[in-house]
Amino acid sequence: MLLEKFKDEVTEILSRYPVKRSALLPLLNLAQREEGFVSEHAMRDIAKVLGLTPPQVFETVTFYTMFNLKPIGKFHLQVCKSLMCALVRSDEVVIWISKKLNITAGQTTPDNNFTLSVVECLGSCGTGPMMQVNDDYYEQLTEEKVGRVLDDLAKDGDCSLKSGPFMFPKPLVKS
Amino acid sequence: MAQYEKILLKNMEQPGYTGSLADYEQAGGYQALRKVLKDMQPDQVIEEVKKSGLRGRGGAGFPAGMKWGFIPKDHPGPKYLCCNADESEPGTFKDRQLMERDPHQMLEGMVITCFAIGAETAYVYIRGEFRLGARILEKAVQEANAAGYLGENVLGSGRTIKIHVHAGAGAYICGEETALLESLEGKRGMPRFKPPFPATHGLYQKPTVVNNVETMANIPHIINRGGEWFSGIGSPPKSCGTRVFCLSGHVKRPGNYEVPMGIPFREFIYDIGGGMRGDKPLKAFIPGGASAPFLTPDHLDVKMDFEAVAMAGSMLGSGGVTVMEEGTSMVWAALRLMEFFYHESCGKCTPCREGSSWLAQTLQRIWNKQGRQGDLQILEDLCRNIAGRTVCAFGEAEVGPIQSTLKYFRHEYEELIREAEATMPPSKEIPVFTH
Repeated sequence: MLLEKFKDEVTEILSRYPVKRSALLPLLNLAQREEGFVSEHAMRDIAKVLGLTPPQVFETVTFYTMFNLKPIGKFHLQVCKSLMCALVRSDEVVIWISKKLNITAGQTTPDNNFTLSVVECLGSCGTGPMMQVNDDYYEQLTEEKVGRVLDDLAKDGDCSLKSGPFMFPKPLVKS
Repeated sequence: MAQYEKILLKNMEQPGYTGSLADYEQAGGYQALRKVLKDMQPDQVIEEVKKSGLRGRGGAGFPAGMKWGFIPKDHPGPKYLCCNADESEPGTFKDRQLMERDPHQMLEGMVITCFAIGAETAYVYIRGEFRLGARILEKAVQEANAAGYLGENVLGSGRTIKIHVHAGAGAYICGEETALLESLEGKRGMPRFKPPFPATHGLYQKPTVVNNVETMANIPHIINRGGEWFSGIGSPPKSCGTRVFCLSGHVKRPGNYEVPMGIPFREFIYDIGGGMRGDKPLKAFIPGGASAPFLTPDHLDVKMDFEAVAMAGSMLGSGGVTVMEEGTSMVWAALRLMEFFYHESCGKCTPCREGSSWLAQTLQRIWNKQGRQGDLQILEDLCRNIAGRTVCAFGEAEVGPIQSTLKYFRHEYEELIREAEATMPPSKEIPVFTH
């Protein structure tokens, strides 16, 4: 069982809340981190641990956009399309990715490496256009930068262009 | 360009500042907590915050001290503090910086708030996408626990204060305080009817305070330097202190800038933001996140404080200023925002659930040059029947962009409809909006 593998982490999560159900989102996040999506057996496991019915878990899962109910590619490319990013031409980012990987929004590459999604605001409006890939943000994208990110991810599974702790604009260094 | 004293961003702008506990302590961190535990009673803390005039930085601008004052003092059971780090309002990205660059500043504010309201447990509800921020916060909580600023017997005071980081999973509405509480309880994040307010029936139906990250980050400074000092900054008596405004869109220097409330938008956009990218004229701007109605160049001299922006027909909201240059279609801009609201409507209230999709369909049809005579009437009727008829403020928020663009840029809508009528046979089937 999934949760048995993470027994200590589950116990720690449960200890944070006086009411068990509060642990639902953290446990779902844990399940998705492990499997890449929230599977039916994960939902049943979690329901059992929290003393909920499987439908109670399912109804909650379907409310939140971050939970994938189906397997997706190894890297989930999520491009922000909301107004602030769109003003700085986020639509082109989608085109660049589509062109390079030959997939459209909602599709996964045949090698199962990349899934492309177009999503709403990710809270990075001053540094748009941007995309999130799994846990990481990539900001101020250009066609060249997108190309490098995709190449690096396919090759090394990581890319040094991801954002660190956020500060923008960077403070001017006084000379 | 005028220089303003920075309060919240001061530490993180020092060269080499990492946001670690050691750095924060060296910058004078956790002195406010020591002062509170040594010399002050909970009531005095609340009084000081009331005196400061600090208003919530999340969007609604409710006075923080007053919110704390509503927590029943004689309540026998547990009380809770929730820090709202859901930061999901398009145009806003300040909390991300405050959390990732100086996490202890907000944690200290949270510990002081817990002391003031008598809470032992606090949660930081952070949006699920901010994985880096959550990791940084978790590490900061561990550091603070190990140093005795958190946990059992905080700094030898006998008080227990625990902070947990709770990640959401992608839902704009969870930034609404009662939806946040529902989500924290492990349910669908749908707002609750108010009253009862969270101050008496909040998390697990217990007295609860929900405050934004930036609000929390201000608390240590108010304690250190006094409520009176804070109330002298900005645009007193109603809009005190600085704010970290977020600038985005067609400007030369987008980003987070901390300035005293009350400076005019012109100074913010042109002096601090460097003016328009490509030097095209400004066409419209959003003064306070996606929920705030659009304003025009005529409003550039409006002061950036709660009252002045409200007088101008919009709201200061979350402080996200988005600038649009000449040539940007306002119908397209309203549509983009409407698609966001349609996607994010939680579905609890019929006017919002059904109305948002109807509004999005109608706007999309107009934008695709398939609009019809009467579509503007439909938009106006829908807006009127959504705003004020929903449980939470989402209803007002989603109609803001449409009502304001209809008010200031009606000719753009009419132009698109005229073009549609010239090209479309009258019997053409109405296209259905798909998401």
